[in-house]
Amino acid sequence: MNIQMMLDWLGETSLSLWLQTSSWGFQAVETVHVIAIALVFGTIATVDLRLVGVASKSSAITAVMKDALPWTWGAFVMAAISGVLMILSAPTTYYYNGPFRIKLILLLLAGINMLVFETIVVRDIQRWDRQPRTPIAARCCGGLSLIFWISIVGLGRWIGFTKLPF
Amino acid sequence: MMHFSEWLAGTNASMTIQEQLWIIPLMQTIHILAIAMVLSSVGMIDLKILGLAGSAHTLLETSRRFAPWIWTSLIVLLLSGFVLIVGEPVRELGVTVFWIKMGLLAVAAASTAAFHLSLQRHAAFWEDSRKARGLIKASAIIVFAVWCAVVVAGRWIAYSQLSL
Repeated sequence: MNIQMMLDWLGETSLSLWLQTSSWGFQAVETVHVIAIALVFGTIATVDLRLVGVASKSSAITAVMKDALPWTWGAFVMAAISGVLMILSAPTTYYYNGPFRIKLILLLLAGINMLVFETIVVRDIQRWDRQPRTPIAARCCGGLSLIFWISIVGLGRWIGFTKLPF
Repeated sequence: MMHFSEWLAGTNASMTIQEQLWIIPLMQTIHILAIAMVLSSVGMIDLKILGLAGSAHTLLETSRRFAPWIWTSLIVLLLSGFVLIVGEPVRELGVTVFWIKMGLLAVAAASTAAFHLSLQRHAAFWEDSRKARGLIKASAIIVFAVWCAVVVAGRWIAYSQLSL
């Protein structure tokens, strides 16, 4: 089974057909996706802005993370489910879309950046948890996260303008 | 309104935005990033009111951390929204859901502003009653829902048929 056969099969599932023909299905899914990505970006930015030293400087980093990240994850799950449904509405179109592929790579990079922060950078967090100025590694992770997520939102919008042939 | 939209669509500013194909996606991206800051900032303050976040700070401290981001982002939203309207006046001003969005935005912005003004003056009252009153918690959830409804109406503009 090659990739095109799989894309065709996905495009013929009943869920895909409903998304293609319903007068409100796709836009409802897209609206959920926008609200979800807005909450992902806004809540993760709370942590990133603390790391780079722009906001919440009087709060402990661990406290900012504890307040924000559970909601980031909840919103991310919402964004992932609605995103998969959007892909399902036109599997071949998304698969061959350039901005869509770049967006997936950036999502992967954002994930790696987060893993590096959560597994390596936080090891000595007790030493700088309450300090307004964080170590260079933490500032880099925060800055990269902001760049990745801003780009992901931009690419998402770009997909919308390149999905259909002009 | 249709007459005005058509006149606006014929102006040089509107023609430029229509011809430069990158302007509208860029403005929409800025618009979404700014709405992200509004939703999340309102959300973090509401979570504090509900007792689900921000236990290390008072309500006033939480509000002072997030409120400037709400109002700055709102200005960014108005400016980017203005460019989008000039670029596609008929698509925006000509559909009912755009005006529903403006109505919801007025309700959301006014109730958020009223809460923050009152919080500045009566911080102790809000701090104490937050824990006791279900009505305040319910209001926090309703105001967040109205901000979400603004986003829903915004996305719906893209799919609306001309109605005016």
